[in-house]
Amino acid sequence: MTAYLRPASVEQALAALAEGPAVIAAGCTDLFPATDRRGLEGRVLDITGIGDLASVGSVAGGVRIGAAATWSDVIRADLPAAFDMLKEAAREVGSVQIQNAGTLVGNICNASPAADGVPCLLALDAEVEIASAHGLRRAALSEFITGVRQTVLAPGEMVTGLIIPERSLGGRSRFLKLGARRYLVISIAMVAVRVEMIGGRVVQAAIAVGSCSAVATRLFGLEKALIGRSLAELSAPLDASLIAPALSPIDDIRADAAYRLEAAAELVHRALCDVAEGFA
Amino acid sequence: MNREVPQWVLSVNGAEHILPSTPGRRLSEVLREDLGLRGTKVGCDAGDCGACTVLLDGAPVCACLTPAAQVAGRAVTTVEAAGDALLERLRAAFLRHGAAQCGICTPGMLMAARALLDTSKAPSRAEAEEALGGVLCRCTGYAKIIDAVCDAGVGAPAAMPPAGRSVGARVERLDGAAKVTGTERFGADTAPEGAFLVRAIRAPSAPARFTFGDLDTWCATLSGGVHVFTAADIPGENCFGTIPPFADQPALAESHARLRGEAVALIAGAPDVIEALDLATFPITWEAIERDLVHDHRPDNLLITGTVRRGDADAALARSAVVAEGEMRTPYIEHAYIEPEAGIAWMDGDTLVIEACTQAPVMDRDDTAKVLGLPPERVRIIPATAGGGFGSKLDLSLQPLIGLVALKTGRPARMIYSRVESMASTTKRHPSVMQARIGADGDGRITGMTFEGEFNTGAYASWGPTVSGRVPVHASGPYYTPHYDAQAHARHTHSAISGAFRGFGVPQAAIMQETLYDELAGKLGLDRLAFRQINALQSGQETVCGQVVQGVGISACLGALDACWHAALTRAEAANAKGGTLRHGVGIASCWYGCGNTALPNPSTIRVGITPEGRLCLHQGATDIGQGSNTVITQICADALGLAVQDFTLIGPDTGITPDCGKTSASRQTFVTGKAAELAGRSLRARILSLSNMGPDAALRLEGAQLIVSDGSSERRIDLTMLEPDFHGYALVAEETYDPPTTPLDADGQGSPYAVYGYGAQIAEVTVDMILGTVRVTKITAAHDLGRVINPLLAEGQVEGGIAQGLGLALMEEFIPGRTENLHDYLIPTTGDMPEIETILLEVPDPEGPMGAKGLGEHVLIPTAPAILNAIRHASGGLVRQLPALPHRVLAAIREAQ
Repeated sequence: MTAYLRPASVEQALAALAEGPAVIAAGCTDLFPATDRRGLEGRVLDITGIGDLASVGSVAGGVRIGAAATWSDVIRADLPAAFDMLKEAAREVGSVQIQNAGTLVGNICNASPAADGVPCLLALDAEVEIASAHGLRRAALSEFITGVRQTVLAPGEMVTGLIIPERSLGGRSRFLKLGARRYLVISIAMVAVRVEMIGGRVVQAAIAVGSCSAVATRLFGLEKALIGRSLAELSAPLDASLIAPALSPIDDIRADAAYRLEAAAELVHRALCDVAEGFA
Repeated sequence: MNREVPQWVLSVNGAEHILPSTPGRRLSEVLREDLGLRGTKVGCDAGDCGACTVLLDGAPVCACLTPAAQVAGRAVTTVEAAGDALLERLRAAFLRHGAAQCGICTPGMLMAARALLDTSKAPSRAEAEEALGGVLCRCTGYAKIIDAVCDAGVGAPAAMPPAGRSVGARVERLDGAAKVTGTERFGADTAPEGAFLVRAIRAPSAPARFTFGDLDTWCATLSGGVHVFTAADIPGENCFGTIPPFADQPALAESHARLRGEAVALIAGAPDVIEALDLATFPITWEAIERDLVHDHRPDNLLITGTVRRGDADAALARSAVVAEGEMRTPYIEHAYIEPEAGIAWMDGDTLVIEACTQAPVMDRDDTAKVLGLPPERVRIIPATAGGGFGSKLDLSLQPLIGLVALKTGRPARMIYSRVESMASTTKRHPSVMQARIGADGDGRITGMTFEGEFNTGAYASWGPTVSGRVPVHASGPYYTPHYDAQAHARHTHSAISGAFRGFGVPQAAIMQETLYDELAGKLGLDRLAFRQINALQSGQETVCGQVVQGVGISACLGALDACWHAALTRAEAANAKGGTLRHGVGIASCWYGCGNTALPNPSTIRVGITPEGRLCLHQGATDIGQGSNTVITQICADALGLAVQDFTLIGPDTGITPDCGKTSASRQTFVTGKAAELAGRSLRARILSLSNMGPDAALRLEGAQLIVSDGSSERRIDLTMLEPDFHGYALVAEETYDPPTTPLDADGQGSPYAVYGYGAQIAEVTVDMILGTVRVTKITAAHDLGRVINPLLAEGQVEGGIAQGLGLALMEEFIPGRTENLHDYLIPTTGDMPEIETILLEVPDPEGPMGAKGLGEHVLIPTAPAILNAIRHASGGLVRQLPALPHRVLAAIREAQ
């Protein structure tokens, strides 16, 4: 079946999905590189014509990032400091051209181990809003991506947006990406760090590492250890045993696994130092 | 009943176009193929290169990633846009600053820059670098592009120099206008009505045997008429190669593939039919085979060994005060020009015409004719503008393939390589494993050197013999080395073909030698620059080939860097004194490079004539692949003749109308073709002076069909219409050939392989993150001896671009067949990776070169990588012995040193 569908509403999109499988297209920055054809083929469901899917902003219960919102939309959006890391990541995605087209939801659905948005969204406790003809459901991002290029998305379902819950909108944040060149680079390792302090003590820490395991992962052990620390203690050297066991990096053309472990730990340390500086 | 075809409206540059609905089609295809707006370029079809950048409602996007459906109702702006004042200013600034070399990235750069100017009227360098970070350029090193963007609001074009004063002037590219307006015609930009599209079936791995299924039946199942061609259809000798005695490469493999990506069959037909084909259905069976020998007639897979021996190196090393030794490994390096190979072939009567990207039109003609069984005069090569070459477009790629289809079907045949196809099937820089020992006496004088290099030449010979020949001649560096024993072996593997890449193996050898020089200086307690200066080759000294050289400029280059060197060392020391995880270091390395073929003839012939109408035509046969021959050769000829550059009409390297100027390689065009242009210009001038009976200092000027010769006191007019035109239609004409004087090398590599050498040295300043192993090059200071600087603007562009490629070689580039065959896994520097570059151009005249000039194109890349490696070691203590110096390798080297 070949058709290019560009519905004007989520309802129309879901109806089309209910009729049969389709490739869901938005920024197309992953779809086109995957084909040597002159155009997208097969049954394509382009969701960029659905106006309200492109919005980024506050909703009841948190902040919503629509499924068609681009990296540039996020960069331009007025968001709390907890999102600084996401904006930093957005500015490091590919190039301005890619940021103008690519979407955050596409980034999580593509489910690359090196997806730039995932560590930040994990550290924001993002929930994925999934719609189908049968209704809406939500999944935590950490459960949504199940492996390399694998998600829980079932036939007939599409992601309509990401919700960052109220409880994760606090604190300061930092994203660091390590690559072998400045722009247009796939990372060797990257980290996203969000820390909330009250009364000079850490009350909440969310730390995620990407490109060092099949799916980007939170460092819960380290986060727990940071609770209660003072500003000065935030910049202290880290216990590697709270980082390495959570990661399972591989050797590839960009770096070897041992290096990735070390680099991830160092990047976490530096990101925490930067966040501490921001609080100071 | 007529069925209504769904249509859509596309607004481009303010004009509305109604097109048949193709919602999923890439916007790049719609613009180029459906609307014929081919100013927008396609380099990768994956968003990795940004060449296809267009503006969508003012915002830059990659047209290759944009489905047509998303463009309906929005405004598209492309490089062809007229009447946009800011774009006009950018175009002028690009020309003024020499920001366009080959021009293939220029449309994307202009569009990205145009968007920036909407938000920032006078952008900073940092803003410009970020805005242009998504567009790759392989020629310029970005410096002049950033200059142009930051300067778009101000500046006026430089005045053209008057007659007799063009050499030495910063003349804007004479062929630049088309590059900034999107009208330049690259290989993929010509598509006549009715042309067949050609695609190749390629080997998925190698070595592998293949058998075809029933091709006729397969064709019959397809509607629309599809033609298949295999090796069995090749009418001539299915064997080509750039160096005829070593020719070994089939245009289409006959029974087994020797490399992944080798073409085994062609499919041709109407474009819509061919585009729609699923090549996976092509009836072919592959079977992996065990094979050690790549070519049965080459035992041990050895293609050739190059040797240079002088004195007794082992004995000299044995009695040296200090000896340094080591090993270096470098990977395959991809040329990564932004234009994948493309071209079109058609029949003009019984002549096969091929318009395709190339650096060597006459070689293309002869080898294509051989493969297709035609006499050379029945093949005409019209070089399309080459969107970068750097050595790889010296070899045939698609010429015999499209030629075969045009010859067999009588239809124009068009082929455009995909990025993957280009990277998998065309030549690379040779991977190398090198060992060397170098000794010095107690005074710091080099006593002797041994060098042994294994160069993986891949599946076919290509330029392997040249690499193995050049490496031992140059591995000493530009230093007096009395005892020397160097060998380089070019050895086959069932892998990507290694051929020519800017420097022919010399950049690899320089990495080996220059890093050992730092070690020697350390052992001797000498300043690293001073140690090099002690040993710098001098005019009148003998090279390792026993050639007495003149006009040697290495001492001048090192001398010019002396103050910069000490300033850089002081800067690094001061920065390091502050402590922290970043360590700062400084490195230096030199280069020398012989211009032209190694000990072989390589003549250029220049014809310059004036028509009866007064049109001054220069048949400029040096293919300009961005380096600037069209401008530089004209400047030389202009001054030799005594007319102004703007008087000239350039006639390009079309084998049908222009004499052979050889190939654009070996840094030979400014020297060899430049010399022919100088001779031709002088010869025409002599003819004019004799016709007018005027003295040697007379001034010339063209006024319509009148050529006016004056000497201040009197004036003579030559009425060109009164002169009998020659066979080519010129009233006055001169044609001169120059072939550099060289002598063959003997069994020990002794002789005079080159008539002219060029020299240079570069300082690299770096910061190394001691915990992450990341390296940032902060500044390169480059001193190059050009003998005579014909065009400083273009020379700086060569230096900056060569440095970018050297930086990539040092820090990030590694081609792995089947793995890094795209521009997101194969990394080349972006705007954000380039350091500040300070260029110092020196003039130590060469007695042989035109007006004293030497070559430059390849020299500039040679010192960069070793200077960076030396700087990393200076900063961190770690010497990376396997390139690229990726962060994990740098960190490992630091630990090893600790």
